[in-house]
Amino acid sequence: MLTAILTGFLFSVFLVFAGRFFKGKLSILASLIPLGLFVYFFQFVNRIANGEVITRSYEWVPSFGVNLVFKLDGLSLLFTLMITGIGFLVFAYTSSYLKGHKYLDRFYGYLAAFMGAMLGLVLSDNMISLFTFWELTSISSFFLIGFKNTSRPSRKSAMMALGITGIGGLLLLAASLLFNNITGTYSISEMLSMSEAIKGNQYYWLGVVLIFGAAFTKSAQFPFHFWLPGAMKAPTPVSTYLHSATMVKAGIYLLMRFTPVLGGEDIWNTTLIIVGGITMLYSAVHTVFRTDLKGILAYSTISALGILVFLIGLGTEEAYVAAAVFIIVHALYKATLFLVTGIIDHQAHTRDVTKLAGLNKVMLPVGIAAILAAISSGGIPPSIGFVGKELIYDATSHSELVVILLITAIVLTKIFLLYAGFVAGIKPFTGKLPEGISEARMPNFVMWAPPLLLGTLGILFGLMPFLVEGPIVKPLVAALGENPEEIHLRLWHGFNMVLVLSAITIGVGTALYFILKPSYKLESAIGKLEFISPESILKKFMAGFKWASSYWTRFFQNGYLRNYVSMIILFTVLMVGYVMLGKTRFVIDYNSLTKLTISEIIVALVLIAGVCYTIFTRSRLAAVVAMGVIGWSICLIFVFYSAPDLAMTQFSIDTLTVILFVLVLYKLPKYLNLSDVKIRIRDGILSAIFGIIIAALALQVLAEPVNNEIGNYYADNAYLEAHGKNVVNVILVDFRGADTMIEISVLSIAAIGVFGLMKLRLKMSDRNRYQDK
Amino acid sequence: MMRTTIILKTASNYLLPVLLLFSIFILLRGHYLPGGGFVGGLIASIAFILHSFANGLHKTKELLVLHPGYLIPLGLAISFLSGLAPVVLYDLPFMTGLWSHDSVAILGHIGSALFFDMGVYLVVYGVTLTIIFTISESA
Repeated sequence: MLTAILTGFLFSVFLVFAGRFFKGKLSILASLIPLGLFVYFFQFVNRIANGEVITRSYEWVPSFGVNLVFKLDGLSLLFTLMITGIGFLVFAYTSSYLKGHKYLDRFYGYLAAFMGAMLGLVLSDNMISLFTFWELTSISSFFLIGFKNTSRPSRKSAMMALGITGIGGLLLLAASLLFNNITGTYSISEMLSMSEAIKGNQYYWLGVVLIFGAAFTKSAQFPFHFWLPGAMKAPTPVSTYLHSATMVKAGIYLLMRFTPVLGGEDIWNTTLIIVGGITMLYSAVHTVFRTDLKGILAYSTISALGILVFLIGLGTEEAYVAAAVFIIVHALYKATLFLVTGIIDHQAHTRDVTKLAGLNKVMLPVGIAAILAAISSGGIPPSIGFVGKELIYDATSHSELVVILLITAIVLTKIFLLYAGFVAGIKPFTGKLPEGISEARMPNFVMWAPPLLLGTLGILFGLMPFLVEGPIVKPLVAALGENPEEIHLRLWHGFNMVLVLSAITIGVGTALYFILKPSYKLESAIGKLEFISPESILKKFMAGFKWASSYWTRFFQNGYLRNYVSMIILFTVLMVGYVMLGKTRFVIDYNSLTKLTISEIIVALVLIAGVCYTIFTRSRLAAVVAMGVIGWSICLIFVFYSAPDLAMTQFSIDTLTVILFVLVLYKLPKYLNLSDVKIRIRDGILSAIFGIIIAALALQVLAEPVNNEIGNYYADNAYLEAHGKNVVNVILVDFRGADTMIEISVLSIAAIGVFGLMKLRLKMSDRNRYQDK
Repeated sequence: MMRTTIILKTASNYLLPVLLLFSIFILLRGHYLPGGGFVGGLIASIAFILHSFANGLHKTKELLVLHPGYLIPLGLAISFLSGLAPVVLYDLPFMTGLWSHDSVAILGHIGSALFFDMGVYLVVYGVTLTIIFTISESA
């Protein structure tokens, strides 16, 4: 199973080296990978249906309880099949959609890495590995959204998606740590048995909030929904795959996975119902105001995700069945509609729904696929969408809460979704073919076959619901901790209230489709309300944040070395001074100080002379040389106090520093701008205080009783254990060798930095490329 | 470069090998007496900088053949491998000191620490020269 997950990553690494071969005619071969994985996971269907749970575990960081444990149960199975199945179609579709694209190999690499991350996410049974894969999906999605990296909106949307889902990922990590604190394990299966302990804990609410934060950001729930329409800047295969079928469902998956652990409490259910309810209605209404096909589909996807959250919130077995079926329904019809949109965009070069009509005449198979999907999305019999809608209505009407309100909300949502499905699936293919797009041609087989297959499946599953009932729905409901024995999916439920609601939905929705035509007027109407949408609030917040950080940066990081130095000194003075004034008594034990020798006095005088010369000279070069004198005098003091290693190093460093300064100063203009008296006095006072504080500190340290345990340990063991007599060097290369290792790495990085800054400059052509019009 | 006296020019030609030998001497004695890879590397780079001051940078570069920057990864690799050796060879923790049983003339016991220090020497030498050469070329 680990191999299955890693295949995606390995393939994307492989493409780095062999990308060339996958750009041409061979590119369709890339789809063999998801196909193979689909077959691999499909063989488990029978075993899972019999109630088996397949677990594989590999050690990763056992000392922290972080292991790669993969668990395939009913819940994971549905997601793996969606990821690999739709993945296969999308991979194949892409080979034609992006045919001849310069970076097709790169695209496949990102897509394959995403697939691997997504599989890891839904199979992980360990919260840390779940978090890791969760973040990997965000990162690969960032690359896919920003695939057209020369366009600024693309890059912005990618950043926004990464920002929102990335914050969610951090919340997930926080949740992992919190639950680990409560239960002592990262394993989700083990948490299952400790559900009561978690619910009883005083921080239960915090855990729920964190999990919600992660799920709502990933699954684009209100008020975090706005990154998803932005993410539609990605090429259509990405929208199909990530932003409707798989990645955005990761939040749903997370909620479902934690339902048995955290669910059943009021805070869990009520919040989900409210958030899901607001999201589904809000974005369903929004679809009316869009003219871009992808925009319509984006909002209807958010709405569908809202329905799923809502159903999980209802928390009954019926609701889980409805959610399971609706995931399948949505994946089938939404992927179809996205793929169709991609075809329209590719062949007719527009996605503006007001301009599209009559494409049936040129691309009949695509039209059939789209209309089948529209039927399923509208919940019209005999599609699986109808089965799903009946289940949703049924589950809602049995809710214990304010039934009327919830029923109204869900019916309204469904009406608007039907409208959206019709606009996206039927409008472009009916009526007269307008002038502007008459040159649109029939697309390639690998482009129209995937949507047609998915659309047909939507009807097939509706006619024969047992195809999904036993293998998929029952195990999934069992994984959520319910007993699935009673489930029977049927197309025909008899005459009852639910059927009446269905009739109302279909009737009103269809009427709405004929009355309300998408137009720019509606789109601009909603634009006026834009300023209070969460997206613009976030944008304003970001702008304010940018302003504050640039102000902050300009204040502290102003590029003048002298200001940095005084800032550091000021900070040290304040911190050390505060502690010393408050806590220490100033006792100087004069007896412990040694007598001054004549050589020390001479060195001290040289030192003072050097300092004075540095301050008062008017030449840069002279100041640097005087600084060298100061450094060397300090070296001499080291020598007097028997620290030869230190002295040697200091000698060489000081010499090199002077050389470096001279090299730089030599090229500077002669003109020297001296700072004025006020600044000099300020700096002088600061330096004097700093000197006094350091001197006082040194004397205080001497007055403290000596605790030399560590020093003695090094001294005693240097020869015995490390065979060295020079303790300083033994510490450097042996006892604390790892520190030295890191230090030389840092040195190397510094050298690379200097080299890079001075030697490598962007070529003019590159510079223009990264600048925007 | 700057004008230099003939005395410095002549002296630097003789000082270069002497300083280099001295830096190696400092490196090797580090384990028992004051010295070590860090100081050794600094002294070696000072030797070349002195040479470049006297004869001009391009002369020194001709002498060096290989850009000193290449020694940075080499040094890092030597240091890292000397730390890795006990893991691979004897299944001991990372950076455990390994020591030869017999002592070699002059050097005494040879251990993995010496190789670690050699890596430090090369890195310090490479870093210092890279920084100073880069700055003096483009400043």
